Amino acid sequence: MFDYSNYGELLALVQNSIIAAAVLGVVGGLIGVFVMQRDMAFAVHGISELSFAGAAGALLIGANVVAGSVVGSLIAAVLIGLLGARARDRNSIIGVLMPFGLGLGILFLALYPGRSGNKFGLLTGQIVSVDFAQLGLLITIAVIVLVALLAVWRPLTFDSLDPEVAAARGVPSRWLSLGFMVMLGLTVAVSVQIIGALLVLALLVTPAAAALRVSSSPVAVPLLSMAFGFVSAVGGILLAIGGSLPISPYITTISFAIYLVCRIVGARRTREIRMTA
Amino acid sequence: MSTLAFEHAALGFGNRTLWSNLDLSVQPGEFLAVLGPNGSGKTSLLKTILGQQRLDAGRVSLEGHPIRRGDRRIGYIPQQKLAAPGTPLRGRDLVTLGVNGHRFGLPITSRAERQRVDGLLADVGATRFADQPIGSLSGGEQQRLRVGQALAADPVLLLCDEPLLSLDLQHQRGVSELIDRRRREHDTAVVFVTHDVNPVLGMVDRILYLADGQFLQGTPDEVLQSDVLSDLYGTPVDVIRHDGRVIVAGVPEHHHV
Repeated sequence: MFDYSNYGELLALVQNSIIAAAVLGVVGGLIGVFVMQRDMAFAVHGISELSFAGAAGALLIGANVVAGSVVGSLIAAVLIGLLGARARDRNSIIGVLMPFGLGLGILFLALYPGRSGNKFGLLTGQIVSVDFAQLGLLITIAVIVLVALLAVWRPLTFDSLDPEVAAARGVPSRWLSLGFMVMLGLTVAVSVQIIGALLVLALLVTPAAAALRVSSSPVAVPLLSMAFGFVSAVGGILLAIGGSLPISPYITTISFAIYLVCRIVGARRTREIRMTA
Repeated sequence: MSTLAFEHAALGFGNRTLWSNLDLSVQPGEFLAVLGPNGSGKTSLLKTILGQQRLDAGRVSLEGHPIRRGDRRIGYIPQQKLAAPGTPLRGRDLVTLGVNGHRFGLPITSRAERQRVDGLLADVGATRFADQPIGSLSGGEQQRLRVGQALAADPVLLLCDEPLLSLDLQHQRGVSELIDRRRREHDTAVVFVTHDVNPVLGMVDRILYLADGQFLQGTPDEVLQSDVLSDLYGTPVDVIRHDGRVIVAGVPEHHHV
């Protein structure tokens, strides 16, 4: 199952995939902090299914798969942002969009005459098969989101904690929420290419959820979350290239293992706080 | 010049009038309590002052100029809303948001801003728990931090929307004394929306009482009278004074002042 004899050569081949995964791990970990604070895990899943539909549609008509995935993501993200300002509305809209997106994607794949290996890649991850130009696009998108996220960090934190007070202070809540959904949509579109539509949460939610278990510091949580995302994504690829299994299970397993360890450490930490209090 | 002024202001939703022909001015250092049953337009009044809700008629101005959204001269203290236990913010971060939370750009807090936050934390008696996660703090402690956050921009007007709701008596007193001290020491005007006037009865200069599309204003002694409120509600209402507390009884739909 594992064969690391040609590891060096393999590594050179997938170098760009590793860079893409590294950037995504960092961005996913960072945006995940807000996904948790804004209670949007379900939205991430909903967006990823429409992103999958977009990518499958692009595959069918022979367009750029990353572009298709971005279009699907953005449509879902903006719809959810506009129609689902309140959590309750949001969940029902996502619940309606998600099966529609998944169904549409399956339809496109069924109509697609090409190799079936590519097909399932969109659902379960395929980074090694992403070509050079598309990898560049993925990295660019991820870097743009990273920069944008840092630029809106403070107002977005304020808005996530207390939208009414933030609005009273002049934070443009509506635009900020919509902007956040766009950033989330872009991140999901990149993730779909790397880890697959069904497993996006492993990079966009699990690292942040793990970090929040062990810290409440506004500096440590994002840093830890980025580190966890990075280790999961890059570690997953490094392990996978020596074996015959796809990348995704490695990424999801590492990310889950980190979460478990953080839960155990976190439980001990809260017990100590309670004892000293 | 008055800090806040409404002139012939009116607001309603659909064909229901919340209030109309409202003339109201609040002077620097004045403590105005806004009372009235649920749905009488107390919160909408605050929203017009924040520039988030347009008046149907008339004008509202801050220090003589029309209201604009997100004005830094207004400090806003919301209803106590407990932060989720996992929120990655400490007490001091909540106050820091009041100092620079509206600013875009790299999230770096300068040394001067940090000193300002330390000062605010000391002012509201929150230094002791400043470095604890806000999710682990009590409602009263969180509310002290929110007062500090609202004072961050050195406001000329403090808007308080039921800030004492669901606090115990001791914290009600603590938080309302912070607000009272601020207006005495800095001449900050206070508009304080509440359904229970008792925790702030000793501080209130004037009351605006909203009910059924009507309103009246005056000192607590003028407004909190059985005949005055009976007139306003159009039905017999009893104002009972007992032990320094005021209870309004017989109001249609269950509520108390």
